[in-house]
Amino acid sequence: MDHFLHLLSSGLARGAVFAVFALALVLIWRAARIVNFAQGAMAAATTYVAFAVTAATGNYWLGLAAAVLAGALLGLVVERGVMRHVARQSPLNSVIVALGVVMVLQAVLGIAFGNDYTPMRVPFSMEPLWVGGVPLLSPYDLYVIGAVAMLLLALGLLFTRTAVGLRMRAAAFAPETSRLLGVPVSRMLTLGWTLSAAVGAFAAVLVIPTELGLNPHATDTLFVYAFTVAIVGGLDSPVGAAVGGLVVGVLLSLVTGYLGSTLAPIAVLVLLVVVLLVRPAGIFSARQVRQA
Amino acid sequence: MTRPRIVRAVAAAGVAALLVPLLASCSADSTDDASGAAGDAEPAPGVTDTEIVVGTHHPLSGPAAAGYASISAATTAYFAYLNDNGGVNGRTIEYIVKDDGYNPATTQSVVRELVLEDRVFALLNGLGTAPHSAVLDFLDENEVPDLFVASGSPVFNQPDEHPWTFGFNADYTAEAKALATYAQEHFPGKTTCLLAQDDDLGEDFAAGLVTVLGEDGLASEQVYTTSNPDVSAQVAAMKQAGCEVNFLAAINAFSALAVGTAAKLGYQPQWLSSSVGGDYGTVSQYLGENAALLEGFVSANYLPSHFSETDEWTTLFRQINEDYNEGAPFDGNTVYGMSVGYLFAEALAKAGETPTRQGIVDAVTSGDLRGNGVVPLALSATNNGAYQGVQVTVVAGGVQEYVGTPYTAEPGAGEVTPYTGGPVALEDDGIPSS
Amino acid sequence: MSAHSRIDARAARWRPGPTLRRLALTVLGLALAITATLALEPYRAYQAAVVAAYLCATAGLTLLVGRGGQLSLGHAALMAAGAYGFGLTSNALSAADVAGPVRLLVPLAVGVASAAALGALLGAAGARLRGPYLAGLTLAVVVAVPAITSTFSRTLGGDRGLWIEIERRPEALRPYVGAEQWQAWVALAAAALVLFVLGNVGSGSAGRQIAAVRDDEAAARLAGIDVTRVKVATFTLSAAAAGLGGAVLAYVTQIANPGAYSLVFSLFLVVAVVVGGLGSLAGAFWGALLLVALPELTSSVTDALPVSAGLAQRLDGNLAVLVFGVLLIVLMIAAPRGIQGALTAARRRDMRPRRPARGATPAPGPAAQTQGDPAARAPTAG
Repeated sequence: MDHFLHLLSSGLARGAVFAVFALALVLIWRAARIVNFAQGAMAAATTYVAFAVTAATGNYWLGLAAAVLAGALLGLVVERGVMRHVARQSPLNSVIVALGVVMVLQAVLGIAFGNDYTPMRVPFSMEPLWVGGVPLLSPYDLYVIGAVAMLLLALGLLFTRTAVGLRMRAAAFAPETSRLLGVPVSRMLTLGWTLSAAVGAFAAVLVIPTELGLNPHATDTLFVYAFTVAIVGGLDSPVGAAVGGLVVGVLLSLVTGYLGSTLAPIAVLVLLVVVLLVRPAGIFSARQVRQA
Repeated sequence: MTRPRIVRAVAAAGVAALLVPLLASCSADSTDDASGAAGDAEPAPGVTDTEIVVGTHHPLSGPAAAGYASISAATTAYFAYLNDNGGVNGRTIEYIVKDDGYNPATTQSVVRELVLEDRVFALLNGLGTAPHSAVLDFLDENEVPDLFVASGSPVFNQPDEHPWTFGFNADYTAEAKALATYAQEHFPGKTTCLLAQDDDLGEDFAAGLVTVLGEDGLASEQVYTTSNPDVSAQVAAMKQAGCEVNFLAAINAFSALAVGTAAKLGYQPQWLSSSVGGDYGTVSQYLGENAALLEGFVSANYLPSHFSETDEWTTLFRQINEDYNEGAPFDGNTVYGMSVGYLFAEALAKAGETPTRQGIVDAVTSGDLRGNGVVPLALSATNNGAYQGVQVTVVAGGVQEYVGTPYTAEPGAGEVTPYTGGPVALEDDGIPSS
Repeated sequence: MSAHSRIDARAARWRPGPTLRRLALTVLGLALAITATLALEPYRAYQAAVVAAYLCATAGLTLLVGRGGQLSLGHAALMAAGAYGFGLTSNALSAADVAGPVRLLVPLAVGVASAAALGALLGAAGARLRGPYLAGLTLAVVVAVPAITSTFSRTLGGDRGLWIEIERRPEALRPYVGAEQWQAWVALAAAALVLFVLGNVGSGSAGRQIAAVRDDEAAARLAGIDVTRVKVATFTLSAAAAGLGGAVLAYVTQIANPGAYSLVFSLFLVVAVVVGGLGSLAGAFWGALLLVALPELTSSVTDALPVSAGLAQRLDGNLAVLVFGVLLIVLMIAAPRGIQGALTAARRRDMRPRRPARGATPAPGPAAQTQGDPAARAPTAG
């Protein structure tokens, strides 16, 4: 039982980060109807910014803020500089260009900072709090979960309560109609990229310190899991990303703990098959989405 | 109408394929000779009066480049030093390093390019069990000396199956036996466990442990996969099982992850790591501020310690690193890369004035090579593995130093015996001569 | 050179034609290609073999993605199924002392069958899924490949891979034909088979059904097409082609290895068909060629740069990746319909008006254009 509780809590902590990263994918899907394969590499790049700023100032929070800003900027640059020029007739073309962006970013990071892993500092202890003799969440885990919850809340408010959020949704779901109604669709698209990249940057800063450290490829696995999470939850659903993240995080932890690490990817595959057989567009898919 | 249609249909199936040779020949070098089908041109490819060309495959890009990319640079630096001092038998050594990203498919391609296009004399220090396994048959069939593979897998020490292939690293099984023996002597009666990578490193290492500790010698055996950088579940299970002495058959990154994760759980067992993931310099870099966790960390090695201020080999290599490698960080990889270069130069010097492929293999199996290790080279007519023993290292005060006497181990389930002959001494400034 | 690309460009169209004539010409084309390999150096012959093996996979993928509108990111897993099916069978036959052509042909067939079986499963699961969801499922499959080979490491050889005892070239040929030439022959024959079959399927009524399902499922259903059956069949056929590619690759390299069928490679297959020109067999060829030639070209360019040792250590590998990435972006922006699309467009620039781009479907289907020159029915790219 102790073992189970520990696996559960560490799975939840990791799942929370998957959730944020998946959320970034959901944001861009809602804004531009593409899966941003460059999300991982972009987040790795911005984490280098966080590292540099923290190293220079000695302040974790400045580094985090810098990464989020850099993420927004990178999202803007990638959308305006590259994605905007990709032909619209095939969503696949954007995927290919995104893969090109991945290669460029990872190569530039490798050239600039080398291929080795760099450890990152965190503001809270990673030693778990003991509850009844069981090591549960660490202060850092609690910070991550809290940050994720607040972010979800903020984004939820943005999309449901603010004019700009509503416009973004309108521009994504019905670009032609929105344009006629005076919504600056193109600007909304850019905003979607900016927002998504900033969220991705935030997630990477949270997760990289808990893994091997900073490296041009540090977010490769994160991206793969986040993509799975977004599919499980439903690409259109921020809530789906949150729930999917926790589900996948806990599943990975339990399977690794009880059946062995080797089986973890197979378990994720099985989860995906089961979910998609029951809900072909993810757990939290809206009915009308399937006709979109 | 008929003609275009015929043309189209031909092209649909065949001309597309015909373009392959066309395009390929466009990109081929201008020195093409037309007689492609003929196999044997000269007795020793890659050898001229002034130069010998050898090649290798290493991960220089991609996730696996971390921790490995510096090895080939060190070997290249050693060769530059050697060439500046006259080379071997008047020939300089050119070392072609191809990036394979640790992807076996790429390895197959670049090794064929090295052998068939660049016509290298030999392959030297091809890195990684999985990538190099993919080219074993090809090298065998083409009778290319496949020297000093960067892996401790027993696969590369099968003189009967693969007579052209020779491993460099200490055999994973031998290493496990030596570390298990050390554990029995120094931590008797403790509960021993293993955290292993889910590939041949883990399997071979576990097999070695079992021969010393017995079938039920391991209270818990956990595995991890490199694609999942989170070992908290495994470490928690080891803690749960009451493990006190934990063996690590892991790469450096995961050794660090295991030690760090355990510390977060308030769990500080004794760690004994394979040399693969036991380089203090690298592991401590991953741990950053928490490097102090490695105090008392036990590992093994067979080459001169890069920490040593007195070892002649280390002193020489440090100098070469300054002069020919732009003063890159000097660590276990640097010593490893230069030691590989030295052993090749030694073999080449012994292969005679006009080296042939068979000649260098004869030199390697002659039993006359000495290497630069703390244990004697095991290469012989019946053994294709360079190092069959290790000496235990312990981290004390941030320095990883050798302790006790080295062990040598017979392959497979053979005995572990202490070796008292002392390390190989430096001769002639590390420039071998015949 | 320009004459060749013109021929090639025209050839790429999926067009109706008598099967017999197509067969005869396939054989002729194959004979020409095989003769041409004799002029190749061994390494180039090996590369030709790899291009042909990749072509099997990209041709299958372009059928699925371009014509069927189903995005698979898991074709590397299907190639792996082909490779392991080939390897296990070849080893079993060798253990039973079976030699001769049987030891080549049966393993190839088993490789195709294994991949087709996996493809049928994926197709059945995927028939209900839309774009990114199918992509996500197939991605999870390819990510699970190393886990599967590790779990069954006794049979599949784990991380290190499965060594394969193969049938070598016939004794009688050995004085005249090098090992690499022979491998190229086998691979070219496989590619010719795939092109022949897929060419026929694409140009026949099956091809029209596939495109109809992609363009509008509801309409296709009303027209009496069994949508699920068509989707599953398309996926199965595409998987079989990829499986043959994997089996041939296993034969050429004598090993089946999880690292060779990674997610990255799987993504590169998609890159290849899109950059080559989605939906056309010629595009699949360009893509396969790029997969082999581009890494070599970029690294030979970057190798030629004179840099210091320390800088070289960082640039090594990374610079080639950088150049590759930039090329991808530039190519995709400059030629959104891929290489084949650009070639076709260059040829027809003033012959027909541009079709308006369509929303989410990768390529406008034949149903969309019925008038004029039959050539215009070719879904040139997407």
